[in-house]
Amino acid sequence: MSRPATFERNKIRVTAGDRAVSLVFGALVTLFALACLLPFVLVVSAAFTEETALVKNGYQLLPSEFSLNAFKLLSQTNNVLDAYKVTIFITVAGTLLSMLCTCAIAYALSCQNFRSRGALSMFCYFTMLFNGGLVATYLMNTQVLHLRDNILVLILPSMLSAYNIFLMRNFFSGIPASLSEAAKLDGATDMQILFRVILPISTPGIATVGLFYALSYWNEWYKCMLYISEEKLYTLQYLIMRIMRQINYASTVPADVNLYQGALPTYSFRMAAVVAAIGPIILLYPFVQKYFTSGLTVGSVKG
Amino acid sequence: MVPVPTAAKTKKRPRKSGEGGLVANFRYDLKNNKGLLGLTLPAVAWFLVFAYAPMLGLVIAFQKYSPAKGIFGSEFVFLDNFRFFFGSQDFVRVTVNTLLLNTLFILATNFVAILMAIALSEIKNKYFKKVSQSVIILPHFISWTVVALLIEAFLKTEGGFVNNILAAFGAEPIKFMQTPELWPAILTILRVWQGAGYSSIVYLAAITGFDQSMYEAARVDGATRLQCITRITLPLLRPTIVLLLLMAVGKIFNGDFGMVYAIVGNNTLLYPTTDIIDTYVYRQLMEQSNMGMSSAVGLWQSIMGFIMVVIMNKVTKKIDSDSALF
Repeated sequence: MSRPATFERNKIRVTAGDRAVSLVFGALVTLFALACLLPFVLVVSAAFTEETALVKNGYQLLPSEFSLNAFKLLSQTNNVLDAYKVTIFITVAGTLLSMLCTCAIAYALSCQNFRSRGALSMFCYFTMLFNGGLVATYLMNTQVLHLRDNILVLILPSMLSAYNIFLMRNFFSGIPASLSEAAKLDGATDMQILFRVILPISTPGIATVGLFYALSYWNEWYKCMLYISEEKLYTLQYLIMRIMRQINYASTVPADVNLYQGALPTYSFRMAAVVAAIGPIILLYPFVQKYFTSGLTVGSVKG
Repeated sequence: MVPVPTAAKTKKRPRKSGEGGLVANFRYDLKNNKGLLGLTLPAVAWFLVFAYAPMLGLVIAFQKYSPAKGIFGSEFVFLDNFRFFFGSQDFVRVTVNTLLLNTLFILATNFVAILMAIALSEIKNKYFKKVSQSVIILPHFISWTVVALLIEAFLKTEGGFVNNILAAFGAEPIKFMQTPELWPAILTILRVWQGAGYSSIVYLAAITGFDQSMYEAARVDGATRLQCITRITLPLLRPTIVLLLLMAVGKIFNGDFGMVYAIVGNNTLLYPTTDIIDTYVYRQLMEQSNMGMSSAVGLWQSIMGFIMVVIMNKVTKKIDSDSALF
């Protein structure tokens, strides 16, 4: 990469074939990136399109008639606001809880002088291989812990993941042990070492694992579907799910006998809901992304 | 080499003198590492309640479970639930669908991911590389419910994006929601869209780690870029590819419930090709309230999954002992 330019000019002949290879690869990446972006563009465009134009012209890359009506309607809809509150609450509170517990055990597992680390790693790892299955988990949450229609059911059962613990542990393992040893000699407790020494220098790892947790909370709908029947506690994603199910129901009934057509949320409204659900991710993403690739790879290259 | 966290790496280090068995280690830590033990407590408690306790609930698979009688009062029927499931047509359908869809997903996603990683590694323009990498990872963070709404917008028979384009060329609209044959392909495309960019990070990280002087030497000796890829990059990437494929195959019995349920949902017309073990288990529980049956199918899936992981790990160990999981 860093070879001098003159060296390259003298020794390496760039043939037409090489240039074609670059071009093809550039085109491939561009195409795939565009394909990844296209749906987002369509959704945003539809969300800002006047409903009548959307029905007439279908989905287009640019709004044929610009309108903010869908968002106005969205902001006036009560259950959307409730869903936002619930989703933000479980994302913030859940991610904090998850990160606290994950960092705590991950740090312990990364300590060389902690002799139970092998056994405890296995204890966590086994849960990645085998689990009680849907029914037993369902009974546990509803019959034993009585979490039905409780907002905690959206946080507690998904609070930890063995995968994330190992990701974090691998990240901590990359930090020289001399740092924590020095702190220990100065009389710091393990908890102090973790919070004052280790965590402040682990931003990429925290950003990566934190993003994983935050996204799993933000995108939560499965547990909501299983355990929540009270509309006030719906998450944003589950609300979208409900909206979509209404459409599917409508599409199975012939249009002329479909009495529900009028009561259905409009197309632009639905797309506005999608924008509301993925907007925060897209806004936050660039800030986390720079840590993301390094956090995911550097932290785990050497266990 | 690959960002796949594994449990047992710590176990491979040579044992320090004085390191003993499970109990001895625990005693030692109780004396010398109280603080560290304390730090593991919340997580250990969580795993016991939310991961290990439900495993005891698997006895339901052998019961004619009734919620009124509970786990302890329900009648044991031993293998009846399994016999019923294996004897039904559903068994073949959901198993074949799960394996087929996952095979398609694994092959397509990894193929595109490798292609993208190689393409990205060959791109010299830093900004283009950075921006395109960010963009192709983005779909990974979008939930399947949102994707399902997008699908609706794309594939609707009337006014959907795809059918609009078809209509512009004068073609007949396709009734996607009523044509099960198309769905393995559609789901695979979605999976590639959602996951290939993300998986390419792993491959790209491996490629970036290769010794650059090899490429320079090859170039000086007159190799073309294409030859560098086929003769250097691909052979060096082979262990990573094999490892990731094996790990994916280990999970081949786990269907993607989130994806299939969000997108297909209750559209029974599409069940012949899209109904997987996970959606079947869900329906048995929530719609049929057949807990014994649901649990039995879940257990069967878990056991098959476990066996697959163990086999794949054995194979991995043969190929590359450092990459084995345990």
